[in-house]
Amino acid sequence: MLSYAEKIREIAGRLLSSGAVDMVIGFRQGTVPMMNEPHFAKTPAEVGKLVWDSHCGINLANYLTDRKEKIGIVAKGCDSRNIVTHVIENKIKREQLVVIGVPCKGMADKRRIAMKCPGEITEVIETETAITAAGNGFSQTFDKRDVLQHNCSLCIHRNPAIHDELVAELVEEQQGVDRYADVRSLEAMTPEQRWKYFEDLLAPCVRCYACRNACPLCYCPTCFVDESRPQWVGKGQDPSDVRTFHFLRAYHCAGRCTDCGACERSCPVGINMRVFTKKLEKDCLDLFGWEAGLSLDVRPPLDVYRPNDPNDFIK
Amino acid sequence: MKIIQIDKGQWVSGLNQAAAAYRLFGPVKEKEFHSFKPLTNGLQPDLSCLNTRLSPKSIIYPQSEVMFDYSLDERREDHHQLMEIAKDYSPKAVVGIRPCDAKAFVMVRLNFDTPDYQDPYWLRAYESTTFIGLGCEAPCSACFCTSAGCGPYHEEGLDVLLADAGDRYLAKVMTEKGAAFMAAAGWKTAADGQADATLAGMRQAAEAKITSFVPTDNLRSLPNNDLYNATFWEDVSFACINCGACTYSCPTCWCFDIQDETRGTSGVRLKNWDSCMYPLFTLHGTGHNPRGTKLHRVRQRFMHKLKYFVDKYDRGIQCVGCGRCVRLCPVNIDIRRVALMMNGFAASGEACAIES
Repeated sequence: MLSYAEKIREIAGRLLSSGAVDMVIGFRQGTVPMMNEPHFAKTPAEVGKLVWDSHCGINLANYLTDRKEKIGIVAKGCDSRNIVTHVIENKIKREQLVVIGVPCKGMADKRRIAMKCPGEITEVIETETAITAAGNGFSQTFDKRDVLQHNCSLCIHRNPAIHDELVAELVEEQQGVDRYADVRSLEAMTPEQRWKYFEDLLAPCVRCYACRNACPLCYCPTCFVDESRPQWVGKGQDPSDVRTFHFLRAYHCAGRCTDCGACERSCPVGINMRVFTKKLEKDCLDLFGWEAGLSLDVRPPLDVYRPNDPNDFIK
Repeated sequence: MKIIQIDKGQWVSGLNQAAAAYRLFGPVKEKEFHSFKPLTNGLQPDLSCLNTRLSPKSIIYPQSEVMFDYSLDERREDHHQLMEIAKDYSPKAVVGIRPCDAKAFVMVRLNFDTPDYQDPYWLRAYESTTFIGLGCEAPCSACFCTSAGCGPYHEEGLDVLLADAGDRYLAKVMTEKGAAFMAAAGWKTAADGQADATLAGMRQAAEAKITSFVPTDNLRSLPNNDLYNATFWEDVSFACINCGACTYSCPTCWCFDIQDETRGTSGVRLKNWDSCMYPLFTLHGTGHNPRGTKLHRVRQRFMHKLKYFVDKYDRGIQCVGCGRCVRLCPVNIDIRRVALMMNGFAASGEACAIES
């Protein structure tokens, strides 16, 4: 994926020079190891800052909401699926966009790498297949496949669902992935066990809303947790309010979530709130054969009524 | 001011002894990161912790704190009256707090303890707390404390500063509160005459390990409006998702919101952390929001920390350089980079272009 950066700059430069787009949204080099910053270029002279490596995990579709410009956007598989969802939900028009597709091999999980290292990581070097993290007195090399974000290791849509440009040949999709082992283990729990699991999971939450705000699906002008007239949810740290936020946020993502992992990646206290959205993702697959964001031409299952919709859950 | 030496063999027993007179708090590792926890049931502070993921501000200033309770039941004599609730302000001690986090409390005090207003909750909690700091031997790469009027062995806000000298701690006792804690722990062996020089050497060595520097020298003289109207805010704010990771992890962010929560006929009045990153923070009753876009909000955070505070208090930036916001921002917005842009603004081509 390391050669992608050059190609991204070339495409971005071309699109900006020709006036095909007003801005290109991608990533620029981060200021700390294993972090890049979402960034835009508005002139061909600015495209030199655009980069690509295994630390571009933030979902850039989040930066399209309600924009009016013509935009070139760098999109991994998951970003492209959220772009599709954005178009379907009228948050951006397809004709405003030039999708610069990135066949993706997965993003690195910086926490996983940090936990495997004995000290603070001050430098990270990446090759096509390996990531070397170094710090004071240590240097450790990891096979990229061993340090992927959890969602990336389960991903079966690495190639962009839609694209107008492509920065490289499509990559082979992962086969035979067991995507829902974690959900099945939750489903197998008794309600008491599950409740305890959720309590432990959410205990460190400080309600900074990074998970919600990093998510391209969460674009409501005022989120239900922020509503004050009427106020639906308490704003303190009462566990019932914290849970209400997480559960409802997840339900709002039903049939829309692409498991891009931006929520988990963004959490400052390391909560895997993806277990909630993954359960809903699995239900949508089981009940409707649905995976979000793969086509501009099909309405999402929770958008439409079909006489043969499964309704066994209504008792 | 004297220096006591604590043999490491006496550390745990001393803490246990102090626990009879103080509620102790310290850095404890849970799952993947450290946070400050009450040291109960034999829990020991993990002094190998570089620093806690979130700042210890919640010990003095809980994220959500009940101030009053009330009843709306008109059969009760005290209905519709805010009743102060009982709180525990017995002595507590924070053991192993880093100098940056201790200094942060001194800065936050500027807001909660003014000639006109005193926040009784914050003040009582602060005054009942003794801060036993631990000098930083291995500052993180995102730490820039020496640029923020602080440092790895900075003493402001601490009652005792510990330095790890191998088989013992050197404890510089700076206040009466600190002396009382040392007495309660039974640590009283005066360090030898070399201790001062040893401490100075450790301080110097630690300061030399700071690799990140932020220029702040021009901030005070720069015109407010020019900075406010600078065109770089679009670049700075683009990536921001307006979450509260920066403000909630920041030891110097002090903003709060007041909420009443009523259930049936009884309720409580709460003081909750708030964040200038949230749209609701400045939403008026009319529906108008003077900081209606994320550019407004991001600009406010940096202008407050790096300009308004500097102008108002004349004691540097509202930041201790702990680096938490740098490490925790999900989209890598880096206050060091923003400070560089703001501080360099006068000399930038942008300013020239505006003038011409």
